[in-house]
Amino acid sequence: MAAVEVAGLTKVFRSRKESVRALDGLDLAIPEGTVLGLLGPNGSGKTTTVRILATLLDADEGSARVLGHNVAREPDIVRSLIGLSGQFSAVDENLTGRENLWMFGRLYGLPSAQARDRAAELLEVFDLSEAAERTTKDYSGGMKRRLDLAGALVAQPRVLFLDEPTTGLDPKSRIELWEVIRRRVREGVTLLLTTQYLEEADILADNIAVIDQGRVIAEGTADSLKASVGGERIEVVVHEADQVGVAASVLRRHCEDDVGIEERHRRLTVASSGGASVLVSIIRDLDAEGVGIDDIGLRRPTLDDVFLTLTGHAAERAEATDTRRGAA
Amino acid sequence: MTATTTPPQVRAETPGAKPSAVANGLVLVWRNLKRLPRQPDMVVYGTIQPIMFVVLFAYVFGGSISVGGSNDPRVYREFLMGGIFAETMAFAVASSSVGLADDMKKGLVDRFRSLPIARSAVITGRVVGDLVFNAFVLVVLMLCGLVVGWRIRSTVAEAALAVFILLLFTFAMLWVGALIGLSVKSAEVAASAGLIWLFPLTFISNAFVDPSYMPGWLQPVAEWNPISAVALSVRDLFGNPVGNRPDSFAGDHPVALTFIYLAAIIVLFSWLAVRKYQKAVTR
Ligand SMILES: Nc1ncnc2c1ncn2[C@@H]1O[C@H](COP(=O)(O)OP(=O)(O)OP(=O)(O)O)[C@@H](O)[C@H]1O
Ligand SMILES: [Mg+2]
Repeated sequence: MAAVEVAGLTKVFRSRKESVRALDGLDLAIPEGTVLGLLGPNGSGKTTTVRILATLLDADEGSARVLGHNVAREPDIVRSLIGLSGQFSAVDENLTGRENLWMFGRLYGLPSAQARDRAAELLEVFDLSEAAERTTKDYSGGMKRRLDLAGALVAQPRVLFLDEPTTGLDPKSRIELWEVIRRRVREGVTLLLTTQYLEEADILADNIAVIDQGRVIAEGTADSLKASVGGERIEVVVHEADQVGVAASVLRRHCEDDVGIEERHRRLTVASSGGASVLVSIIRDLDAEGVGIDDIGLRRPTLDDVFLTLTGHAAERAEATDTRRGAA
Repeated sequence: MTATTTPPQVRAETPGAKPSAVANGLVLVWRNLKRLPRQPDMVVYGTIQPIMFVVLFAYVFGGSISVGGSNDPRVYREFLMGGIFAETMAFAVASSSVGLADDMKKGLVDRFRSLPIARSAVITGRVVGDLVFNAFVLVVLMLCGLVVGWRIRSTVAEAALAVFILLLFTFAMLWVGALIGLSVKSAEVAASAGLIWLFPLTFISNAFVDPSYMPGWLQPVAEWNPISAVALSVRDLFGNPVGNRPDSFAGDHPVALTFIYLAAIIVLFSWLAVRKYQKAVTR
């Protein structure tokens, strides 16, 4: 039996003007003790899925089970088994970091002394010991995020739902959080993780489900997904922005697949099965056309390629901006 | 982050064990009280406003409002305090509505709803926490009343019953506020939606004036208004002037009527608010 089982989940948000089909027959299964990375463009239904699994929202159709318990029919049992950290940090701004964690511990049913110990331990783990006695009103975004994550771990839940846990964290905090998560998983925790950072899914997830418009469009291990989008890619960064068009036509001449273009980075990407010989011809042709090359190479497909190929949208490349904002 | 070793799977309760509503509620009361000293401006404005009302009514209107045939400002000031108590406690609606709307907006209500706690705990915690704060406001108001010449002219038991009625009334209004707070989209809306209907309700009552001087068609409204019932009960129980007493059940048995009203409000609104809480969908 899988720790989390979702079958045919459908959710329609209705308002006076329109109705949005957020989930449209979503199926998922997460074996106990494994990590599922849920990827999908904005608005694809990731948060909606997490909210239904965490008993915060009722589905219109389909079923969702956590450790065998139906989330709609046995919400109390499900709540005692899960830990949730939602997409937006939710901590009490008028309490200190320590008080927040103590409160969550108490609400999970820990005795006061034990809740205090857990709070101290988690503050240490999440690097918040120094800020522990400050009200969270004065925390930075990344600090709130870390406190929120600590709150989800207070009761040592068997199933964790983390909705974009590292959005807004600086790179150091992100890597440290990965370590904390890995340790939990080693202890047998089952994790559903949504993320915009494909690298994160690659590192943490045993399995990945890509969803779009409320349904799963691809599923498998990171490697199998990468294999499914074809072989190696040729990636070119041209010197001048106005040469991107010429370079694209050169690439089209040599490769059959669509050419992915990132204007801002003057980067073009295309799948190719021809190996080094094609690369050499491309370099020769680009040179003949007078296109300056900053960088060119063959590389194996990444999850970004999987994501772009499958969803046809650009994966959120929010890395740079988010890191700046989250630097605590 | 240091590599701490945590004993895996420590859980205090067996999964699915019924959460203790009282224990959960107390933790959340604690949370709501903790914030008071950290928001001193809220405490200050929360007490200054009713004090301002006392001063304005007592000295600006006091000389020109007659109560039960008397134009003596001292009689009016003593009459006034029962009304101010009822009015101020009615406006307690704002504390629970704004507080819960804010918790909803910040995602805290969602967070609490994902925890294995009693359904009523989040609202009870809010309501009881706010009750403690409003009890403090009531004490300040009574001291303020003593300064302007209000006196308790009854037995200790009667005065205690009056205070009990005021607190029970506050409790009832806080549940009304809870429902409002969970129903609106933001704290700003909660502040206005929570209060706007209270102005006619408090002014078309015996809180500030003797309703026997109102136009005839308004008099029955003022007579049966729950706020009038509370104010009249409190005036009777403190031994203060009440103006012209209406010749009806509302005038003869204000305390009984008050308890009927308060029981009805508490039962109805606590049920509605808890139901709303379970369904509350934020974002
Ligand atoms: N409470 C709501 N009322 C109406 N529509 C909603 C509500 N919540 C979500 N939606 C809609 O449902 C769809 C799925 O939203 P959801 O939040 O699950 O997406 P997501 O995959 O988490 O996106 P993101 O990556 O931006 O976080 C969106 O079109 C969204 O507008
Ligand atoms: Mg989301």
